[in-house]
Amino acid sequence: MKLVIGIVRPEKANDVLESLYRAEVRGVSISRVQGHGGELNRVETYRGTTVQMGLSEKVRFEIAVSDEFVQPTVDALCEGARTGDVGDGKIFVVPLEQAVRIRTGDTDMGAVTPVDK
Amino acid sequence: MSGATVLAAVAQVYTGDTAWMLIATALVLMMTPALGLFYAGLVRSKNTLNTFMMCVAAIAVAMVTWAAIGYSLAFDGDGSLVGGLGNAFLNGVDFAPRTGMTIPELVFFAFQATFCIITVALVSGAVVERMRFGPFLVFAALWSVLVYAVLAHWAFGGGWLQAGGTLDFAGGVPVEMGSGFSALAAALVVGARKDYGRQAMLPHNAMFVLLGAGLLWFGWFGFNGGSGFSTGNASVLAFTNTLLTPACTLIVWFALDLIRGRKVTAIGAATAIVVGCVAITPAGGFISPGWAMLLGALAALPSYAIIVWRTRTRVDETLDVLAAHGLAGFTGILFIGFFAEAAWNGVSDGLFYGNAAQLGHQALAAVAAPAYAFAATFVLLKLIGLVMPLRASEHDEAIGMDVTQHGEEAYVTGEGAILIAPETDAEPELPVPQPA
Repeated sequence: MKLVIGIVRPEKANDVLESLYRAEVRGVSISRVQGHGGELNRVETYRGTTVQMGLSEKVRFEIAVSDEFVQPTVDALCEGARTGDVGDGKIFVVPLEQAVRIRTGDTDMGAVTPVDK
Repeated sequence: MSGATVLAAVAQVYTGDTAWMLIATALVLMMTPALGLFYAGLVRSKNTLNTFMMCVAAIAVAMVTWAAIGYSLAFDGDGSLVGGLGNAFLNGVDFAPRTGMTIPELVFFAFQATFCIITVALVSGAVVERMRFGPFLVFAALWSVLVYAVLAHWAFGGGWLQAGGTLDFAGGVPVEMGSGFSALAAALVVGARKDYGRQAMLPHNAMFVLLGAGLLWFGWFGFNGGSGFSTGNASVLAFTNTLLTPACTLIVWFALDLIRGRKVTAIGAATAIVVGCVAITPAGGFISPGWAMLLGALAALPSYAIIVWRTRTRVDETLDVLAAHGLAGFTGILFIGFFAEAAWNGVSDGLFYGNAAQLGHQALAAVAAPAYAFAATFVLLKLIGLVMPLRASEHDEAIGMDVTQHGEEAYVTGEGAILIAPETDAEPELPVPQPA
């Protein structure tokens, strides 16, 4: 089991959801985050106050998957989020100790397998 | 001119009329920022400022073009297609009233200027979220002269429609049909937003939309109530009709929402207020309060239908200017042909009161104004497009027009913002690594 964390452009979040859906990866959490990953800073001016915006808006995907789903998930994230410019984001894959589905108490593999209804 | 004639002319100014028209002018000017609020609420948060700025730009650009040449083309002389240049750069526009009026021409000029301004701002609703700001400024300047001033001359300035007998109280021809059908052309030339039809693009702040609609309605009392240019019967009738018509539109809109989606929607209600105000704009001083209420109810139907239908097409006329303004104005203009009542307006009867010819005059305007507005706007934007790209790049559109066009954001948090010393041009030291 792995936790796949993808940090992507907000404007590509819908595309990522779409490609995850096509890859049959279900069960994601997303959050809005701000960060810096080496992209060029935007300069903004507010009534004569000029600032460099060091942080960019990003959307963070968190997807817990079984091992054989890691690669399809990473591929889907890349496919959905890539524009080719600096600032497309990062993907981190980290080992996952345990997963529990709260409703049933299912653990691990059972918990990260989506329920088909 | 001798001193005596100047006195005679000035003596025709009525202070009560002038006082009301000064207030009405301010009310109509307020409608443009109100429209900015209405439009800004309807777009995504990353395009808030750009959308509002198009309305601010309309005030700047259209005011200047109106003073320079637009007013003159609309209101100097009674040429058939277009007025003269006698009043260009406010030449001869002073404290003396125009023939048959009781307010200084300066006030008349200012009042009409606010109409030109809001009409330019209305058209922006078709191209928000992707049109570059610079080309919009160029478009606004040219459109205010080539389309608005021409249509205003036809309907208000003694042009062929008005001379032929078309009744248009407060701007069904130049403002409502002029903006609505121009918006359709603009949407077609500029093209759809890149994610249109693929992703849901939702209004980011429904409160702005409601507040904007409320302020528009408030301002519309100056718009319609001032279009009698006095405190006389026509103004009073139009003022009260401006209260009645949108209320009836709201009720029918609620019913349509209930039938279609089982819930009455807030953004639908805001739209209904605008549709009702638009419908009564041409008819305000010409129909009885009873008929004004029927007009409000009827006007909801075609506009509602077009809004529902339009989103299923590939035409990204983003904020439905055609439905809310073009079509509701069309309904109002035609309605006059049926229900105008000389007993109320002192001018003319409609078909219902035995004057079928009036319907003909109204139908002519309902064909000619949309045709001219659509064709002229289409050609104008195509020509501007030859000189400069109308659209932002896909990349800029994705990031949002606020940052890419204005270098600001509407909802900035300030987190991670590094102050650049205002005194120096030196590159500030950054606590973060730069790309190689």
